[in-house]
Amino acid sequence: MNTTPIPVYVNDAADITTRPLTFRLKSHEAVLDLSTYESLQGFAGLRKALAMAPEEVLDEIKDAAVRGRGGAGFPAGTKWTFMPAPDGKPRYLVCNADEMEPGTFKDRLLLEKLPFQLIEGMLIAAYAINASHGYIFIRGEYIEAARHLEAALDACAKHELIGGNILGTDFSFYLHLHTGAGRYLCGEETALLNCLEGRRANPRYKPPFPQTAGAWGRPTVVNNVETLNNLPAILVNGSKWYKDLNKVYGKSDSFGTKLFGASGKVTFPGLWEEPFGLTARQLIEERAGGMREGLGLKAWLPGGASCDFLTPDHLDTVMDYDQIGKAGSRFGTGLLMVVDDTQDMVALLRNMEEFFARESCGFCTPCRDGLPWGLKILEAMEAGAGRGGDIEALAALGDNLWIGKTFCAHAPGAVEPLRSALRYFRAEFEAKIAVPVSVKKVEAC
Amino acid sequence: MAVIHIDGKTYTVAGGENLLRTCLSLGLEVPYFCYHPALGAAGSCRQCAVKQFASAEDVEAGKGRIVMSCMVPTSDDLYISINDSEAKAFRAAMIELLMTNHPHDCPTCAEGGHCQLQDMTYLSGHHARKYRFTKRTHENQDLGPFIAHEMNRCIACYRCVRFYRDYAGGSDLGVFASANRVFFGRAGDGVLESEFAGNLSEVCPTGVFTDRSHGKRYNRKWDMQYAPSICHGCAVGCNISAGERYGELRRIENRYNGSVNGYFLCDRGRFGYGYVNDRSRPCTARVDGQEQGPENALRAVANLLRGKKVLGIGSANASLESNFQLKTLVGAQHFCAGESCAALALVSQALALQQAAAYVPTPREIEQADAILILGEDLTQTAARLALAVRQAANNAGRAQAADLGTPDWLDEPRRRITQDALAPIYLAALSPTRLDDIAQASCIASPQGVLDYARAVRDIVQGRAIPEEDPQGLYAHAAEVAAALCKAKRPLVIGGTSLQSPALIENAAQIAAALPGCGLNLVVPRVNSAGLAYLGGRGFAAFEPAAYDAVIVMENDLLGAPEGWREAVLDKTLVVLDHQSLSWHERARALLPAASFAEGDGTVVSYEGRAQRFFQVYDSKYHDPHSCIEESWRWLYALRGLIEQGESDWSTLDRVIAELAAAQPALAKIAQAAPPAAFRDHRMTIAREPSRYSGRTAMRAPLSVHEPKQPQDADSPLAFSMEGYRGRDMPAALIPFAWTPGWNSPQAWNTYLDTPGGKVRGEDNGVRLDRAPDTAPAPEIAFPQVKAYPVVPVYDLFASAPWRDKLPLFDARERPARILMTPKVASVLAVVEGERLSVTHRGRQRMLPVHIDERFADDCIGYPMRSGERLDGDLRIDKGSRT
Repeated sequence: MNTTPIPVYVNDAADITTRPLTFRLKSHEAVLDLSTYESLQGFAGLRKALAMAPEEVLDEIKDAAVRGRGGAGFPAGTKWTFMPAPDGKPRYLVCNADEMEPGTFKDRLLLEKLPFQLIEGMLIAAYAINASHGYIFIRGEYIEAARHLEAALDACAKHELIGGNILGTDFSFYLHLHTGAGRYLCGEETALLNCLEGRRANPRYKPPFPQTAGAWGRPTVVNNVETLNNLPAILVNGSKWYKDLNKVYGKSDSFGTKLFGASGKVTFPGLWEEPFGLTARQLIEERAGGMREGLGLKAWLPGGASCDFLTPDHLDTVMDYDQIGKAGSRFGTGLLMVVDDTQDMVALLRNMEEFFARESCGFCTPCRDGLPWGLKILEAMEAGAGRGGDIEALAALGDNLWIGKTFCAHAPGAVEPLRSALRYFRAEFEAKIAVPVSVKKVEAC
Repeated sequence: MAVIHIDGKTYTVAGGENLLRTCLSLGLEVPYFCYHPALGAAGSCRQCAVKQFASAEDVEAGKGRIVMSCMVPTSDDLYISINDSEAKAFRAAMIELLMTNHPHDCPTCAEGGHCQLQDMTYLSGHHARKYRFTKRTHENQDLGPFIAHEMNRCIACYRCVRFYRDYAGGSDLGVFASANRVFFGRAGDGVLESEFAGNLSEVCPTGVFTDRSHGKRYNRKWDMQYAPSICHGCAVGCNISAGERYGELRRIENRYNGSVNGYFLCDRGRFGYGYVNDRSRPCTARVDGQEQGPENALRAVANLLRGKKVLGIGSANASLESNFQLKTLVGAQHFCAGESCAALALVSQALALQQAAAYVPTPREIEQADAILILGEDLTQTAARLALAVRQAANNAGRAQAADLGTPDWLDEPRRRITQDALAPIYLAALSPTRLDDIAQASCIASPQGVLDYARAVRDIVQGRAIPEEDPQGLYAHAAEVAAALCKAKRPLVIGGTSLQSPALIENAAQIAAALPGCGLNLVVPRVNSAGLAYLGGRGFAAFEPAAYDAVIVMENDLLGAPEGWREAVLDKTLVVLDHQSLSWHERARALLPAASFAEGDGTVVSYEGRAQRFFQVYDSKYHDPHSCIEESWRWLYALRGLIEQGESDWSTLDRVIAELAAAQPALAKIAQAAPPAAFRDHRMTIAREPSRYSGRTAMRAPLSVHEPKQPQDADSPLAFSMEGYRGRDMPAALIPFAWTPGWNSPQAWNTYLDTPGGKVRGEDNGVRLDRAPDTAPAPEIAFPQVKAYPVVPVYDLFASAPWRDKLPLFDARERPARILMTPKVASVLAVVEGERLSVTHRGRQRMLPVHIDERFADDCIGYPMRSGERLDGDLRIDKGSRT
C-alpha cells in the first residue's frame, strides 16, 4: 500500500472553532504524546462531558445532529438513543476504523496523527451511552496507526484516562485495540462485530440492530473514526456552534466540518477539512489544483468506489449528504475519486468489480455468484472478447444485486458504479463488444 | 391469527411463522434452499423472493418490493404476490447465478432425481444459461465411510454447517474461505466425527454430501422400491424409508415422524443396514444339513417337535408378531423372552414406571424441556436420536429473551446472537465423558454406585427428605443445585435407562420426576422391541431348566446374553433355529428356517416410550432369488402350529396374526391401530412401493429367466410391489413408503405431507402409544462381574454396540477403539499399564483388549466395551495377556 504521507491542508488560522478535526496539526506533524495533546486543548471536551450527566452529553450530541462519517450518514446521536437502558451488564462502544473504501484515506490521517483525539471522542461517546467496554477495530494494514494508537492507549491507561474511575470519577471504560485481517466487509458494522467475536466476517441480519443485540449479543454502538473525532469540539464549543459551521459557505444543510479529499489524476491529491458547502468543482479545481496538465475530467465518484459516477455536468453540486443524493449518487465518505478523460471506463470498472467480487463474504447468492460473473464479462470486454448480450447481462446484474435483494449493502454498493457507468458511458461498453464471430471468419478468408 | 392476501386470495393462518413456511403450509410452492424447518431461516440463498405490497391499493398500483419470504414474519394484513413477474424473474435469476458454478453432471451425480436444486430449478423456470465462462472448482475431501464429498456442486446454502455445527453440535465441519471460493468441509481429510453426519446427505440440497454407502451400490431414487419402516438400531423407534433394488437394500433414508425423529436419523440407523445384504445370510431352509423347500422343511420340523417338550426362545430384536407366534406355539409357560430374568424385569419396571409417570414426552417433545437430568445413560451411544433432541432443549434456552426483543425463534442467527451461549440447565451423570458434556451445566463422572448415590441425593432434596448433615464430597450440595434447576423449570425432564442395569436407579429417576409438577420421565431400554417384549411377557433364561426340555426353538436370538453353561445345554437339545443371520452355532441346529429381516418382513415393534409402530416388507426376496424361502418368523411359526395341531400348514396373514395377538393380550390390543389393515385402500387404490418412473422391471430378472413372473402380491398390507397405486399427500403416516409428490423429488418433499413444515404428518404422526402398563415383577439389582473387587461396567458405543455389528464392515473406520477403561488408581492396583493387552473372557468368548487409563472415567470400576447383545451379569474374567 501507499506509505507516502497524506498531504493535508491546514489553514494557518485554524483553531478548534474553525477546523476542529485538524487544527492540532497546524503546528505539529502529528500529536503522539499525551502532554502535547493536552496542551492543545486535548481532553477539554472529555472534562466538560464528565462534569455533565450522561443524558446531557447524549442530548448535546443529538442536538448537534452529527451524521455518521463512515458513509451512510445516519445521525450518531439518534443511533445512540436506540440503546436500551443499562442493566448492569456490559455495553459496548466500537470504533469502526476498518477504513477500506477505495480512494478513502481520511480515517488514516486521524488515526496516524491524532490518536488521542479519537480516544477522547470515544470516551465522550462511551460516557453518553453508558458503555463499559470499547474496541477500536482497525484495518490490518494500518500498521503505523495501530502502533500510534497502542502507545496512546498505554499513555491514557497510565493517566487514568481509560480503565476504571476515569479522571477520578465513577465512569469506567475499558478500551482495546483490535487489528483486523484486511477484509473490506469488516467495514460493515455487523460483519465487523462478527469478526471481533472471532467469527466469519459475514454481515448479520437486522433487526435486531447492534444497539440492542450487538457484540456478544449485548447493546453496542459502532461509530466511524471521523464521527467520533467530531465529538470533543462539540463538547467544547457546543452544538449550536457545530450547527452554525455551515454558515461559512451558506450552501449546505449538513452540520460541522468534514474531511474532504481528492484522488486520481488531479494536480494536488490530498485531504482538507472544510465546513459543508463547497462544491465538487471547488474541491477539485481550488483545493486539488484541477486536473493534471493535459488531462480533462471525465467522471467522478463523490465518496468511495461504492457510489454512482457523476459527470462534469454535476460539478457544481455541493458536496453534502442531501445534494449529492439528489444528483443521483451517494455522498459516501466524501473523498472524491476523479476519472480523467484518457481512462477506459470498462477497464476501470473491471478493476473495481475485481475488488468487490473478491471482498464478497460469500454468504448470499447474488453477491457471491453475481459479482464474479460481472467481473468475467468485464474482463472479456476489456480483452476485446465482449459478446452481444454482455451489456444486457451486466444491466441485469445491476438490477438483481440491487438494494433489498441482497443480504447486506455490499453488492448494491458494488453495482452502483456499474449501473451509473452503463448509464453515462454505455457507448464505451458497446465499443467493446467484439464483431460477431461469423463476420470475423469472413474477413479472415 | 392473521389474515393474509396472496395473489388475490385471502387466507386465515396462525401467524407468527415466517412467510415461507406459511406459504408451504398452504401448499403454495415457493422455492428455497437455505431455509430448513429444523434450522430456521438464514436469508442467504435469496431464492424465496416474493413481492410484498403495503396495501390493497398498492397491489392495484403494482407498487411493491421484493422481499425474502423466509425473513418476513406472517402478520395480519400482509399483501403478497408469489406470481408477480418481477419476483418470478428474480427467482429465476438466482437459480441462474447458482448455476454459473454448478457442474452439468446430473447424469453422473448421486443426487440426481433426489435433488432439491433440480426441483427448485424446475420450479423457478431457469433453463437456458447465459454464463459462458469457466466454473470455479474445488478439491474434495475423504470424509470417511458414510459421506461422499463433491464440493464443485456446492451452491453455498450453508445448511450443512448450520445443521452440523449449530444443530448437532459438531465441530469438525466448517466453512472456509470467502467470496465464491467458500468451501464446506473439514480442515483436512478425515472421518466426520458427528454421530449425525449422515443427515448431511439429506440436509444438503444438492450432491455435495451424498450417502457413500449408497454410492457403492447406487440406484436412482425412482428406481428403488420402498417401504415405510422402523429403524431396528435401538429402542427410539425412528421412522425410516428403506429402498431396495435387485433384492438388495440400497439406502436408508429418514422418514419424517413429527413425534419421533423429525427430519433426522443417527448414523447407526442410517448406515447400519449392511447385515440385510450379507452374503452369508440363510436364504433357504435346511433340515439335517439338507436344503428343503418350505413345506418339506416345515413338515420335518413338525416331526422333530411333535410330542416333545419344546422351549421357545424369542428376541427383543424380533417383532411382536413373531414373538407372539412363538409364545403361542410353545405355550406361555415355555416361552423365554431371550434375555436374562433380571434384564427383562428391569425393562418391565422401566415401562411400568414410565406408564405411571405424569408425562412421558415423545422424542420431539424432549426438545421443549427446559431442564433435564440424565442419570447413568450415555444417550449418544445408546439412543442417539434422543441426544440430538436433548441438544435442542439445551439450545432453546433464552428463546423468551429473544422474543422480548421481538426476534422470533425461526430467525436463526439473531436468535443465537441474543441468547449467546445460554443453555437450559442439563445435568448428566455417567461412567465417562459423554458427547453431551459440551451443553451440560455439569456432567458428573461416577461409578454405577456413584450415579445411584447422586440420583438418591437429588431425590431426597426434591422429596423434601432429611438430608445428611455430613456431606464430605459435596454430593448434596451439587444435588441441591440440580434440584433447584429442575424445580425452577416449567417443563423439567428426567431421563434414565437400563444401561447401568439398576432398578434402584430408574426407581429414583421416577421418584424425582414424580416429585416435580409437570416433570417428564423417559427411561431408555436397550433394543428395538425390548418394550414390546415386556408387554408380551415371557421369562428369562434362568427361569428355564434346559434338562426339562427335549427341543428348543431359537428365534432371531444370538444367545449372547445367555449364561455359557445354559446356552451349551440348550444347544445340545433338538435345535430349531429361525434367523436372518448366520451364526456359528447354527451348525448344531437340526433345522434352520430362514427368517425375514425388517427388510423382507412385516411386523410391529414398540419403542421405549411405548409407541407401537409397524414396519413393512420392502421387497420379496423370492422375486430375485427363486430358491429363497425367507418368511417372517411369525409366518413360519403360524404355519408350523397349523401343521402340528391340525396337520395342515396355514401361512396366514399379518392382520390375522395381529387380531389373534390383540385378543390374547389386551395390553397390546392397540397395536392393531398402528397402521391400516391390508384391506385398506387409499382413493380405492393400494399404495405403490415404487415411484412412477421405476424402470427395468421387465428386464431385471432376465439373467434368471426371460419369462417375467407375476409381480409379488402382498396379502399383508395395503402396499403393492408395483409402481401402480396411490401416491398422494394425504396418505396415512404409517403407509408413506418414500417422499415424493409432484415437483418434489428431494427429501424436502416431506414438507408437502405435513400440516406445516416441521409439524406433524397431515392428520397424525405414525405410531400409537400403548396406554397400559405391562405386568411387572420386582426387579432385582444385577451384580456386575467383579475383577479384584472392581465391578466390570458396560461402556457403549453407537457403532461398536450396534445390532449385528459383525456384519457391518462400514463401521470399522467409525467406531471408537475397543479398550478396557480404568482410572490410574485402578490401573496401579491391577498393575497394568496404558496399552497393555488383556485377555477378557466373557461368557466363554475371549477378546484381547488394550488397556486405556483415563482420569476421566468412573473410579473403582473397569470399563468393558459392549458389543451388541452382550450383558454384563455373570462370568467375566480378565487375564494378563501379551504386552504389545
